[in-house]
Amino acid sequence: MRYKTNLSQRGQADTATYRFAQGLGVFSIVLGLIELIFGRWLGRSLGLDGKEHIVRFYGGREILTGIAILASKDPTPWVWGRVAGDALDIGTLAYGYKRDPDDVRGITTALVAVAGATAADVYCAAKLSGQSKVPLPPVKDYSHRSGFPNGRPQPETVVVSEAMVVSV
Amino acid sequence: MRALVWHGKEDIRCETVPDPEIEEPRDAIVKVTSCAICGSDLHLYDHFMLGMKKGDVMGHEFMGEVMEVGPGVNGRLKVGERVVVPFTIICGECEQCRRGNFSICERTNRNKEKADTLFGHTTAGLFGYTHLTGGYWGGQAEYVRVPFADTTHIKVPESLSDEQVLFLGDIFPTGWQAAAQAEIQPTDTVAVWGCGPVGQFTIRSAIMQGAKEVIAIDRVPERLTMAEAAGATSINFDSESVIERLNDLTNGKGPEKCIDAVGMESHITSTVDGIYDRVKQALMLETDRPHVLREMIYVCRPGGTLSIPGVYGGLIDKVPFGAAMNKGLTFRMGQTHVNRWTDDLTRRIEQGEIDPSFVITHNCDLDDGPAMYKKFRDKEDGCIKVVLRP
Repeated sequence: MRYKTNLSQRGQADTATYRFAQGLGVFSIVLGLIELIFGRWLGRSLGLDGKEHIVRFYGGREILTGIAILASKDPTPWVWGRVAGDALDIGTLAYGYKRDPDDVRGITTALVAVAGATAADVYCAAKLSGQSKVPLPPVKDYSHRSGFPNGRPQPETVVVSEAMVVSV
Repeated sequence: MRALVWHGKEDIRCETVPDPEIEEPRDAIVKVTSCAICGSDLHLYDHFMLGMKKGDVMGHEFMGEVMEVGPGVNGRLKVGERVVVPFTIICGECEQCRRGNFSICERTNRNKEKADTLFGHTTAGLFGYTHLTGGYWGGQAEYVRVPFADTTHIKVPESLSDEQVLFLGDIFPTGWQAAAQAEIQPTDTVAVWGCGPVGQFTIRSAIMQGAKEVIAIDRVPERLTMAEAAGATSINFDSESVIERLNDLTNGKGPEKCIDAVGMESHITSTVDGIYDRVKQALMLETDRPHVLREMIYVCRPGGTLSIPGVYGGLIDKVPFGAAMNKGLTFRMGQTHVNRWTDDLTRRIEQGEIDPSFVITHNCDLDDGPAMYKKFRDKEDGCIKVVLRP
């Protein structure tokens, strides 16, 4: 992730966005675990009674996407993958509402949450996409900083023991 | 006085706080002429280490001039003398101090009960490093109270500049001890993970202590270049496999000595264990990321030694201890017993064997401290070591 940007940062070209992406990856894994473990309860709350396998499938998708974000050197396509997943989630919630309009409260809450996550995902993916992927050369040259004013010491001339007695 | 004050995660401010005063007979007040930001300060900045309170003054690498001494100092330190202050506060009288194990002094941690509970037994009091180690105010300030000042100091020659001796208080002896604990032999290949300031001193110490070859591992180009300048072979873990390369360089046998100059905040790599640590940390099921430790155990030559100057603070997970046991590895670690090494290291600086100022990349005013914390943490602008002038 040492990409060239307009920023003067090093290590990661845009540390804040990179950390944000990492946070989304962790969030994705945690959300996926919740969907896997509480699939039945979530299905009932979202108008998907009897279709909890869909919720659990989506949980698996969240976990895989999260792992991919954390594992890849360039998380950009995987964060866009989260955006696509968000669209799928919204479509599924709409389907749940059509199946069971009485569950409007749970579905509305879920829609607001997904909309928030979508906004975060789109923001992060767009920021990552805006970065050039050209690795930066070193910004400073420290090749003269040996720290040895008299030259590199000759190993055979140096003997060190771990002295234990010290006067203080 | 002005000081860098901790207010929370990534929130350090330069503020006016009350001047320190003599509180105990063995105290001294030191006017700070130079101080530095240490890599372990970043654990506080990122709030990985618990036990800080809002209003605590940061900093454990500092030096200056003695302004006032308490009646119990008994002439061992005089007003006007120039001293580097070690980051470990030492009484000089307890059983551990008498053995030279200064970083585990039994008397100077005034919150001993907390440390006893957390670690089983207390460690020494430290400057500016949580209330688990005494809650003493640190030296990123204009003045600092030095407890047990008659023993907690290093007198330095006037002929040497602040830049040359400042690091005697922590990172130079830390690197030196890391190499000494590895008990380097002339035939040894020494691998050093992390080329931050402690890593740079570890590399040079390993060379000075006679290593056949030193291999430096990092991902930041400037840091690798600085390591190469001393004569190390570099491995950039962003572009090559550390384990494959180390085995290549040692005829498949692995380095005899492995040194972890990274500690608890190892970079989150795209490896299975890297992801595992990141997720466990997010779920608050693990405090430290021991990726380097795992890698060292795996790649170290059987019968070899692992030396760990990098700071760990709490709990680690999935450490392959079976491999460590069956390979017969030796583990050496601990905070630095600074005063054990400083007479020898001061002499080496005076003789020109080493000039520690090579590591300084940024010189700033104390007011710039908060911004420099971020710059150092994010490795911006080629930042390796920051020295601040109060």
